[in-house]
Amino acid sequence: MTADLVLDLLLVVSLLLLAWLLLRSEDFLRTAVLFIAFGLFMAIAWVRLLAPDIALAEAAIGAGITGVLLMDAIRHMEWERQQRGEDGPEHPPPKRPLAVRGGILAAALAAGGLLVAGVWQLPGQRPGLAGAVSDRTEELEHPVTAVLVVFRSIDTWLELGILMLAVIGLLAARGRQTLEAASLAPPRDPVLEGVVRVLAPLAILVAGYLLWLGTWAPGGAFQSGVILGAVGMLLWLSDHRSIEALPVWGWKLLIVVGFATFTAAAAITLLLSGAMLEYPPDWMLAMIKSIELAAAISIGACFTALFVGQHPAQQRLQTDDGKQERHPRL
Amino acid sequence: MMEIEQHALYALAAVLLFALGFHGLLSRRHLLRKIIAVNVMSSGVFLLLIAVARRDAVDFPDPVPQAMVLTGIVVAISISALAMALARRIYRQTGGSTLYAAEEEPQREEAQEE
Repeated sequence: MTADLVLDLLLVVSLLLLAWLLLRSEDFLRTAVLFIAFGLFMAIAWVRLLAPDIALAEAAIGAGITGVLLMDAIRHMEWERQQRGEDGPEHPPPKRPLAVRGGILAAALAAGGLLVAGVWQLPGQRPGLAGAVSDRTEELEHPVTAVLVVFRSIDTWLELGILMLAVIGLLAARGRQTLEAASLAPPRDPVLEGVVRVLAPLAILVAGYLLWLGTWAPGGAFQSGVILGAVGMLLWLSDHRSIEALPVWGWKLLIVVGFATFTAAAAITLLLSGAMLEYPPDWMLAMIKSIELAAAISIGACFTALFVGQHPAQQRLQTDDGKQERHPRL
Repeated sequence: MMEIEQHALYALAAVLLFALGFHGLLSRRHLLRKIIAVNVMSSGVFLLLIAVARRDAVDFPDPVPQAMVLTGIVVAISISALAMALARRIYRQTGGSTLYAAEEEPQREEAQEE
């Protein structure tokens, strides 16, 4: 056994162990922390599998954004329990009968067994599409970016649509019409303010660098957008004034700009070359760059909205009305 | 000893992750835990795709599955956020954190009083 294989084996065992622990754990906070650790181990696994693009996105999403969303949801449920006057840890739902639990285990084992058998019979190396992609990319030297915005651009286009729909669905589920949300207003903490003042511009710089890098190296709109989303969450969580500087229509614009740019690019290419999203060679780089920039901004704005939108609507509006409702409208 | 290839190891881990998540999805009842279980399942799917891309790597792993996984990760997290918002709505309106509130909540209340 080579040292490489030992490393891979350790990584794989840790991943499975973490997944097992986080799914078994009864304590929510423990689950959230284990999930963040799981995301970080996944990021290492992506590096081991020579997929640094995914590792960058996973480190920010799997370990960062999902963790924040989870912790926030846990805290919110605890807060609601307190509002209802329930104390102590939540009673777990009653256990299912043994037969049902046995059936679930059997179903999972059967699915796992079938999948293991399937993986066992995976054929050996196939040519894949790596050659085809590298033959056709001229301006874009990084094949993953080329696939994302040139060959499979419709996936990316629709994905921006999904993000937009998720934001709309979230606002509907929370019964809200705008994105304004009551800030949690933590006590003014000079250390927090100082850290945010240094960290936020630096993170935006990193996001811009990743976007610029995407043309020929791992990086691009996705990784950049995810980091922008994390900046938005940070600013909102720390109650930084800059997040309020943007009016509501500004947020709406940022959320749709990626999808809109893609749609405009599709219309222009349809008119110019007769094929949708088949960029004319002279304009190719400029179009791709503007699509990527708009996509990164939209991904960032949507992630911020997906987090901010989880919270009750602006409480300031309620105090303006002279009401002091603790439960804003659903 | 048989030489295990790297991609085969990760592919095996991927399907085991999927099965673990599947079991969690069915057996856990709290909605947040179900969302987490689905996330573990999707990690398994992504890992399998990239393990296959790694298998086909000559000098660079197949970029098409990589792009698919990147898209998938972003879609998975946005769907998780939407699911969490729905879970919060259910929690606020029914006071229950499962999908079985209607029949089982009264039993739980009785159990608490005993």
